[in-house]
Amino acid sequence: MSFAETFLNWDVLRASFPLLLSGLGVTARLGLVSIVAGLVLGLVVALARIYAIQPFRLIFRLYIDIFRSVPLLVLLIVIYYALPFVGLRLSPFMSAVCALTLVSGAYTAEIFRAGIEAIPRGQFEASQALGLSYRYMMTDVILPQAIRIVIPPLTNNCINVIKDTALASVVAMPDLLKQATQAQALEANPTPLIVAALMYVAILWPLVLVVGRLEQKFRQGRS
Amino acid sequence: MTALVSIRRLSKRFGGVTVLSDVSVDIAEGEVVCIIGPSGAGKSTLIRCINLLEEFERPGEIVVDGITVQKGRELAAVRAEVGMVFQAFNLFPHLTVLDNIALAPQRVRGMTSHDAAERAGRLLERVGLSAHASKYPAQLSGGQQQRVAIARALAMEPRVLLFDEPTSALDPEMVGEVLEVMRGLAGSGVTMVIVTHEMGFARQVADRVIFMDGGQIVEAGTPTRIFDTPREERTRSFLNAIIRH
Repeated sequence: MSFAETFLNWDVLRASFPLLLSGLGVTARLGLVSIVAGLVLGLVVALARIYAIQPFRLIFRLYIDIFRSVPLLVLLIVIYYALPFVGLRLSPFMSAVCALTLVSGAYTAEIFRAGIEAIPRGQFEASQALGLSYRYMMTDVILPQAIRIVIPPLTNNCINVIKDTALASVVAMPDLLKQATQAQALEANPTPLIVAALMYVAILWPLVLVVGRLEQKFRQGRS
Repeated sequence: MTALVSIRRLSKRFGGVTVLSDVSVDIAEGEVVCIIGPSGAGKSTLIRCINLLEEFERPGEIVVDGITVQKGRELAAVRAEVGMVFQAFNLFPHLTVLDNIALAPQRVRGMTSHDAAERAGRLLERVGLSAHASKYPAQLSGGQQQRVAIARALAMEPRVLLFDEPTSALDPEMVGEVLEVMRGLAGSGVTMVIVTHEMGFARQVADRVIFMDGGQIVEAGTPTRIFDTPREERTRSFLNAIIRH
């Protein structure tokens, strides 16, 4: 068998393509839901970690530290296989969303916090000296600057979340990787795996380029 | 005559270090006061207490235009009446020069964006930067940025303007243009409190010079009195040290 027949076999590709497409759809949905939920969770946690009263600040800090340390695969397996023992049975999709969101939220919170804390004290003082209220200080002066700092690392985090969706295949989630391994077993040919890998690259490469662009642009903006 | 700014028995400690110790001073409407003294004397801390960027201890008290300076509802009102120009300019880097100046009049005074932009334009003319309205701060020189910062403070039409070493972060060749703008303001009757190391400027512009050391006001008087016939030993040795280099 030639190289092309083994790794890019046209007949196998045609037979497995619908399966791969449906897997891609699941991966996209899983990624999108987890990214949005993680962003919201991260912003809330970041503001709470900076501005909440003490016991809560500590709790949010603990959350951030723990979910940045636990391996995503371990968390996913705990949620899917361990929680049913205490009566909490989540579908594969919900398990994956929960695990991805909890971890992404912790990273996002750290990114937002770093962004806000990177704004020099002089910006707060100048706003206060002008008599701006807390609300206008945040919306007109601090957050617009923080968002510029935060967008490149946030986009990076989105890339990681989408990549990590592949781990969901271990809890029988019919995502792109799962469909590809199944098709490979069915056809006894690795072509679906190669195509799946190419699909991941095809959706993530543009995002990688965007991050590079943004980083360059924001470097130029401040001097 | 009642003072526009009245500072009574002001004390402040950072940890165990006394930064201000029982300072009292009145500033009259239209007066230009220059505060001089060695670094660490408490000069900057003193003026930063006036708009509560620094907190101070009871029973010290500051009253600006009849309003007691304290946390709470009236703090924003006091801050709106007290303009401040910082050593590091602290312009908003994401806004154009014009928007830097027009932001606070809209958000604090409730001006329309049209009126605020018009006022900003007039002030830019006054500081000689009309051509730079749509630039960003990073595109300007230090001297130009500080002139924008002065215009930004003036846009609130404050009762008193505080300057915290406004030329200390500038390259020497840019000090003159900033002092020129400040000289113009002093001549037009704006009440100003200026912490500065520019002795020539202080002598020329100030109605009153205050010499501070160790968190206290050592002596105060007209520029001629302080610079030509200082009474206190600490003032003399400070002025000597400055003149010698």
